[in-house]
Amino acid sequence: MTSDQPPLAETADEPSARCDTVRLDVQDLAIRLGESGPDVVSEISFAVPSGEVLGLVGESGSGKTTVALALLGHARRGLSITGGQVRLDGRDLLRLSPGDLRAVRGARVAYVPQDPAAALNPTRRVGAQLTEALRVHPGTVDDIAGRVQEVLGEVSLDASPAMLRRYPHQLSGGQQQRVALAMAFCCRPSLIVLDEPTTGLDVSTQRHVLDTVRSLCRSYGVAAVYVSHDLAVVGGLVAQVAVMYAGRIAEIGATTKVFPYPLHPYTRGLLGAVPSVDRAEVLTGIEGQPPRPGRRGRGCSFASRCGYVLDACRSHAPEPVLIDGRAVRCLRAEDIQADAATQRAAVVTSPAAGAPAAGLSLRALAAGYGGPPVLSGIGFDVPAESCVAVVGESGSGKTTLARCIVGLHASWTGDMTFGGVSLPRGVQRRSRDQLKGIQYVFQNPYTSLNPRKTVSQIVAQPLERFTGLPFRERVERAGQVLQDVSLGPDFLSRYPDQLSGGERQRVAIARALVVEPELLVCDEVTSALDVSVQAVIVELLRRLQREHHLAMVFITHNLALVRSIAQSVIVLRDGAMVESGPVEQILERPQDPYTIQLLQDVPRLATAGDRGGDEPCR
Amino acid sequence: MSVATASVRRGPSRAVAHPIRTLVIRRAALGIVTLLLVSVVVFLATEVLPGNAAFAVLGRSANPARLHSLERQLHLNRGLLDQYWTWLSGLFSGRLGDSLANGQPVWSLVEPRLVNSAVLVFLAGAIGTVIGVVLGAVAALRKDGWFDHVSSVAALAVTSLPEFVIAITLVIVFATNVWHLLPAVSLLPPGTYAWSQPKLLILPVATLVIVIVPYLFRMMRGAMIEALESDYVEMARLKGVPEWRVVFTHALPSAMAPTIQVIGLNFLYLAGGVVVVEYVFNYPGIGQGLVFAVGNRDIPVVQFIVLVLAAFYVLMNILTDVIALLASPRRRIPREP
Amino acid sequence: MTAAAQVPPAARAARGPVRRHQWLATLRTVIRTPRGAVGLALALSVTVLAAIGPAVAPQSPTALLTVPFAKPSGQFPLGSDFLGRDVLSRVLAGGWVLLLMAAAATALGIIVGATAGISAAYLRGWSDSLIMRTVDVILAFPQLVFALLLVSVIGPKLWLIVLAVGLSHAPQVARVLRSATLEISERDYVKAVELQGMRPTKVMRTEILPNLISPLMVETGLRLTYSIVIMAGLAFLGFGQQPPAANWGSMINENRIGLTLNPWAVIVPALLIALLTIGTNTFTDAVARVTIGVDRQPEEVALLDDLGLQEVK
Repeated sequence: MTSDQPPLAETADEPSARCDTVRLDVQDLAIRLGESGPDVVSEISFAVPSGEVLGLVGESGSGKTTVALALLGHARRGLSITGGQVRLDGRDLLRLSPGDLRAVRGARVAYVPQDPAAALNPTRRVGAQLTEALRVHPGTVDDIAGRVQEVLGEVSLDASPAMLRRYPHQLSGGQQQRVALAMAFCCRPSLIVLDEPTTGLDVSTQRHVLDTVRSLCRSYGVAAVYVSHDLAVVGGLVAQVAVMYAGRIAEIGATTKVFPYPLHPYTRGLLGAVPSVDRAEVLTGIEGQPPRPGRRGRGCSFASRCGYVLDACRSHAPEPVLIDGRAVRCLRAEDIQADAATQRAAVVTSPAAGAPAAGLSLRALAAGYGGPPVLSGIGFDVPAESCVAVVGESGSGKTTLARCIVGLHASWTGDMTFGGVSLPRGVQRRSRDQLKGIQYVFQNPYTSLNPRKTVSQIVAQPLERFTGLPFRERVERAGQVLQDVSLGPDFLSRYPDQLSGGERQRVAIARALVVEPELLVCDEVTSALDVSVQAVIVELLRRLQREHHLAMVFITHNLALVRSIAQSVIVLRDGAMVESGPVEQILERPQDPYTIQLLQDVPRLATAGDRGGDEPCR
Repeated sequence: MSVATASVRRGPSRAVAHPIRTLVIRRAALGIVTLLLVSVVVFLATEVLPGNAAFAVLGRSANPARLHSLERQLHLNRGLLDQYWTWLSGLFSGRLGDSLANGQPVWSLVEPRLVNSAVLVFLAGAIGTVIGVVLGAVAALRKDGWFDHVSSVAALAVTSLPEFVIAITLVIVFATNVWHLLPAVSLLPPGTYAWSQPKLLILPVATLVIVIVPYLFRMMRGAMIEALESDYVEMARLKGVPEWRVVFTHALPSAMAPTIQVIGLNFLYLAGGVVVVEYVFNYPGIGQGLVFAVGNRDIPVVQFIVLVLAAFYVLMNILTDVIALLASPRRRIPREP
Repeated sequence: MTAAAQVPPAARAARGPVRRHQWLATLRTVIRTPRGAVGLALALSVTVLAAIGPAVAPQSPTALLTVPFAKPSGQFPLGSDFLGRDVLSRVLAGGWVLLLMAAAATALGIIVGATAGISAAYLRGWSDSLIMRTVDVILAFPQLVFALLLVSVIGPKLWLIVLAVGLSHAPQVARVLRSATLEISERDYVKAVELQGMRPTKVMRTEILPNLISPLMVETGLRLTYSIVIMAGLAFLGFGQQPPAANWGSMINENRIGLTLNPWAVIVPALLIALLTIGTNTFTDAVARVTIGVDRQPEEVALLDDLGLQEVK
């Protein structure tokens, strides 16, 4: 294995000296919609000692951002904090006067936002915003300019006057996030709350940000709460992890315990859905969706999706149970403990040996948008019934490649053949069979379905263009394809805004498959979905590929996904092919330095048998 | 209503050294083209439309001799392009012709009116802008409070009313029926300057102020609310920035950018509204001049006034776009490659 | 088993438009809001008054019946105007032409503007530039002045006024719809259909147009309001219906000199115009709020945020 785990030797030194103060103590935090509406989060309790990072993990709708903001005594418009305590160094922030709370924010507890581009004022210079963070807390430090220089150095940013005079839009995403980190650390607070700070960043930038956070916390004895949906990122960084589901903490404990041996059924499901870069495994997602606030009922919120459910689970919400050094909100925690975590089945990849000549073939493809070329020298084959993954960071040209293949982008040069026949450039010039044979699934399920049409109309429409089937048969065929993607007939008359993200993406896949294509191009089709939903979609695609004998081009930035779905992989960088070949070869014995670095920077989840992140203080 | 579609469509351009200069040049060029086209339209509309202009002017008193002499005066006996060129070059050299109504040179007729209208427009514009912006900001800061609700409803109502209705209402209240504080109409003869009798300015200015305040109010309120609910304002609060500072250094500057565009547009709207208001108050400005000229079919005057208004529009558009660009660092300073 | 259940659900769902009539549903929602209800009530009452007015007028609107500017009395509830005609009858008769002209101008402006804007956006290229340059020229001076310009040459013909005002609406409508169309045509679901090789005109008709209903509704409301404002203004200036026809706009001007004697001759038509325009504008504002989601309830916003359900990225 070429993975490079964070050096564990450093983390184990002097745990007791670090851990003697509890910085943050949250008890029974409850937040509602409005003054008296349904609960958004409730019974949230955890404690973070100084120098330690707690990971707050959950999918969309779990309430993790709401909890994060509450740690600064803040609730978004429409929400109100209705109960509990947030004690920072002994003071309850929720009971402070507005003036005192304002003095605490930024100085004793700081926030690092998810989207730094939106969180930095676009009309003010970067230097001014940094200085402001210090000026509004007079007395923090005498030499403001000096502190600014110091803190910029700590986040590895150039501290020159030229940099300080820049506006946020002149910085890259990674630089903006580092400015946000600098702003958070400049008053040397006791607690830092980081809200998914690496979303949208390249893997290598993400790695740098995480390392910076870890070293700053350690150097200054700062406690931190790190909110994320990405378990692999969290696993390598935090000592304690709290898994949130439907507004409550399902499981909380040391990372070294929770991730290798999850006890809550939801945690198990979540971990089963996380793809691994190092092993090709079947991903196990969780069907269904979490209940929204107001629909959570009196029993356990996970009951409808749980494999261990009992009748008792539906009638009253379980209290946390202490087992094996952690708190688990499940009635069956002990049974689950006895039940060893199921190992995921290995993916059986059928070799593409003896594949028929039909398939996609590219040679010397170059494309652009009128300026410098966005792609150049691209050449690879997609044999029938096999899946080729195209991997790259943002700006690598992978989406342009997808659009060229499918005909949405027509200004490219080179050779493209499909089934032995040369493919014309744009959609207008392709034959009906060619258009039918190559289908596309878009990235964003929220914009790829026409909101004014029913599911049935959306899925049946390609049949209208490509087949001569009469109306009734078109509708029947649409229904069949929907069954194929595990959506029942009651979905036919629904409109897209009545569906969840995962359901919408399934409709998009059904629309692509209804005409029985030979090649399916999937452009980051799971990037907008939660991890558990992503696993369901990926497994669905694998099954469909086998059943319908599809060739597939799977575009993604997530190297781990590549393992679970593709037979061969292409690595793109700045529009050029850096490396290509079978998946095992590229991921285990990469040759190109870019690929090697990429693999090193990918965060990995510690599972049973591996060692995890920091040692906690319990 | 700005001529902003052009640059938006022009794809990503390379790092421009002086974006402001480029913008001004581009807009000015476009403005000149627009003005030329406007002049063509004006020319065609007045000289070429069915009903030969001379005939239209003379109406029933047309007889061949008078037709002929008027045609010569209006250059209608030459070719079309010839006529256009004569007219256009005449504009530039100051030979604007004479008014058909009273024989005076067009410029001497129009110049005092231009000044009077300018006084009206800029006075009303300045006062209205200040009031509208302040009220809008206050409403946003006290969102969903009583002030916000009352002022929003009032703004919506006032903005629906035609200017002459507002003018008449003011006349009824302040001049004729409720109180008798101010004159209903001005008795200034055409050709005099308005500041010689300041009391006559009050009602017309008040009308125009009432006309534009609601637009600015709504724009400022909307922009301010958006700024106050933005991520960067939330971030500032989470940094511990005191509320007054959040409002003045974070929210207000961001809200001003879109509002400034509306300020520019409001001046344009005023230029149009001035026509009706001047007519109601018998105010000797360019709007009244236009109405009279149209009524008299006084073509040279109509042409000139319309062109002046169009030029004002184009100029204000350019100015507004430049100011909007200055207010937005993102567009002003391109990202370094 | 009912007969309905025997039809396969698939066919039942897709047969005929189970397609929601979006604009009807939107209107229903709008009427339930306070602004929508008030706006509609105001606009409708004045419209009904104008429509049936001529039929219920007690006197002839053009007959000289008494002294000028007589005060209100039993026989003449609103007094008389500057020529001694019954104000009430003139008021009742003086609205329908105005409204008709405004409606016609609005329809003209919307049709021309929408066609231009949508085509410009979808077709791109030189036809887009051409259309938008023309738009910029026409926008170069105010609607009222444009109408006056034409009237100065041809004379105050009613058809000309409708034409002038209608055409002067077209640029703004074109602009709004062009930007809405541009935004929609970039959406993935339109690209998905393009991938099937559908022709541009069909794409516009089946995919884009249904999603343009909201901006179209709002623009129609705004244009109607402005049409009424401009038509009344032109009538006020003397460029509308010619005397002795009764017209709210011209009545206000004619009777100005007698404000101290019989203000009702001015107040009532002005009030009617005001109520009408306030009504249409308020209703349009309500439509905009419902469709564009301005001022959504905070709970809803927070809920969407928390659940990470973002409609459009």
